[in-house]
Amino acid sequence: MSQLIIGHKIAQDEWTRVIPPLYGDEPIRKQAGKVVMFKLHGEDTFTQKQIDGTEIPASDKILLPLPIWLANKEALASRMAAGEIGIVLQTHEPIETLAEAFDDLNSLPVIAVYVQIFADGRNFTLGNLLRTRYGFKNELRAVGDIMCDQLFFLKRSGFNSYQIKEGRNAEEAIASLNDFTEPYQSATDDVPVWRRVSR
Amino acid sequence: MYKYDKIDQQLVNERVAQYRDQTRRYLAGELTEDDFRPIRLQNGLYIQRLAPMLRIAVPYGLLSSTQMHKLGDIAKKYDKDYGHFSTRQNLQLNWPKLEDVPDILEELATVEMHAIQTSGNCIRNITTDQFAGIAPDEVFDPRAMAEIMRQWSTFHPEFALLPRKFKIAVSGTKDDRAVVQMHDIGMEFFKNENDKIRIKMWVGGGLGRTPILGSVIHENLEWQHAISYAEAIIRTYNIHGRRDNSYKARIKILVKAMGIEAFKAQVEEEWSHLKDGPLTITQAEFDRVSAYFEPMAYETLPTSDASFDTNLASNPAFTSWVKRCVHAHKTDGYRAVTLSLKTHGEAPGDASSAQMHTTADLADAYSFGELRVSHQQNLILADVKLSNLFTVWEKARAAGLATANIGLLTDMICCPGGDFCNLANAKSLPIAKSIQAQFDNLDYLHDIGEIEINISGCMNGCGHHSVGHIGILGVDKDDEEWYQVSIGGKKGNDSSLGKVIGRSFAADEMPAVIQKLIDTYINERTDEEQFIDTVRRVGADPFKANVYAEKESA
Repeated sequence: MSQLIIGHKIAQDEWTRVIPPLYGDEPIRKQAGKVVMFKLHGEDTFTQKQIDGTEIPASDKILLPLPIWLANKEALASRMAAGEIGIVLQTHEPIETLAEAFDDLNSLPVIAVYVQIFADGRNFTLGNLLRTRYGFKNELRAVGDIMCDQLFFLKRSGFNSYQIKEGRNAEEAIASLNDFTEPYQSATDDVPVWRRVSR
Repeated sequence: MYKYDKIDQQLVNERVAQYRDQTRRYLAGELTEDDFRPIRLQNGLYIQRLAPMLRIAVPYGLLSSTQMHKLGDIAKKYDKDYGHFSTRQNLQLNWPKLEDVPDILEELATVEMHAIQTSGNCIRNITTDQFAGIAPDEVFDPRAMAEIMRQWSTFHPEFALLPRKFKIAVSGTKDDRAVVQMHDIGMEFFKNENDKIRIKMWVGGGLGRTPILGSVIHENLEWQHAISYAEAIIRTYNIHGRRDNSYKARIKILVKAMGIEAFKAQVEEEWSHLKDGPLTITQAEFDRVSAYFEPMAYETLPTSDASFDTNLASNPAFTSWVKRCVHAHKTDGYRAVTLSLKTHGEAPGDASSAQMHTTADLADAYSFGELRVSHQQNLILADVKLSNLFTVWEKARAAGLATANIGLLTDMICCPGGDFCNLANAKSLPIAKSIQAQFDNLDYLHDIGEIEINISGCMNGCGHHSVGHIGILGVDKDDEEWYQVSIGGKKGNDSSLGKVIGRSFAADEMPAVIQKLIDTYINERTDEEQFIDTVRRVGADPFKANVYAEKESA
């Protein structure tokens, strides 16, 4: 089981993340024989077949990938109004698409940013922009290939919950949130050190 | 030079603890090889062909004698008694044990050093001119800004995992010695007509398999915006840079693909949100850091020294060393000295522990206790009195640090190559060695004059081959090592990329190939021309004709 950290504590996950099915005929790109895990900015996330084939649970709180929400938003409007829907943004999806899809991003109780692999650092910029430019105030969750070694950076980039990858130690991850006492530069949580303290 | 305060020291200490824990988890099997890779890479630890390689940061190439002594001690205790100074002004250890690295970092932290972000897809060590602060042609000492940028980039949360590595260089002279056009971001500081400090910002330059000169993204940026503008650039790159193909992931590819105008428009839009915000560098912070880079306590000296003049007149070996290894200084009666790490027969950039201690002792006795590393892989004593030059020369010579070849053919830039590096297609050190042997005559070297030969063992270009007057690139053909030769590359304000002269050569042909290129130059040159000038004037054809002539007829 993967564990969820909210703030600095292990927490019960109230949300079910909806994952579109894989049919095996999705386009795959390779470099030097290895499957490329990174999608480029603006690339499609799912095929139409995947979007059509996604089963959406009839009740409970659900985290929906942005393209799934966009394809089903009329049908799900009342659940959205009831606060039962959060959105999952993938790192290659333009943040503008998310912002344009909602009159007020703060109507979303949760935005989750998904990274397929650790080395994808776009989630840091997305988190930062959601907090500083788009004024998002609710739960910002990091999901996907998340382990303790990104957590300090994620926290500074505006995330306040972390879905730790299965098989990883959540206690260690919590400890790593305090790896550094006085970082140098500004981020969503603070101004540069020279504006913070007298040196 | 900059001294750590409590905040700097705490950060480095916390890093040691963090890395110690990461290493423990890896050794305990809690982290897989794949998980550990990006973590150790953020810390300069590569797994190489024979052993791990640890790259220690020397911020903008500046070192105290205490730090140099510590590096000498570490090289002796944890490595094979030597280290390799790199083209990014860092020090590489080729044989440390993975499990010793936390202890090495702990020792480094005691002298205000670390290995943070010396590798990995993050902002790397910021480099500058090795003569910063003392060069007569300097209009702005870039070291305080380099230190401010160093702190800003250290553990930057948003830019921890970029598409690819990111290199920044700063320079404050008319004659660029920091190669700013060859960096992901190059910052050329200058003073405008009102004596205000401004930055000409270059973006998207780089060596590697697609060498590209940078484009100017801002002609005239106020220095206070250095960080906010850099953030706008790197944020744009972090979102849009390619991650699907590591060979196309550098910012230079993005800038080329978008075009500089479109890229600039995006950066300016991003910057409009950041400009004049908290990222704006305050005068107070600039002054605080600048105070560490005040000029040394120079004595008031005459412009000449009688004993120096006497030695110069009577000792030809000393004279030729002065000609090549001693450089002008802002202050009367002082000179900068390059201690050559290009001894013939040794790997370029290598220094033994004993040599490190010697250089530290020389710095203490004759140069205010400071040293610099140049991107040409030599060490510098920046502030030596004219009257001490002869003594410094004698001591440096005894330690094998006074080869009078700075700027000459055997002052080659060379990566560690296939002897050590996993990425290399071919060995580079034996090529350097065979060329040194071919040209092992100082009088002849002086006659050939200034020339830069740069050697890389693969197209990643750590040896800067594409901007060498002669560039040598190791390539792999059917599992054999071959060498591709280019001519006409150059660094500086009038940078250019070298062009390949033709089919590649086997290792044992290389000394003769270089000899033919030099012979062609000597036949063609005018009195005042250096090698690169002749290449630019006559073009590559006479060189090609000579190099390939015999081959064809044989």
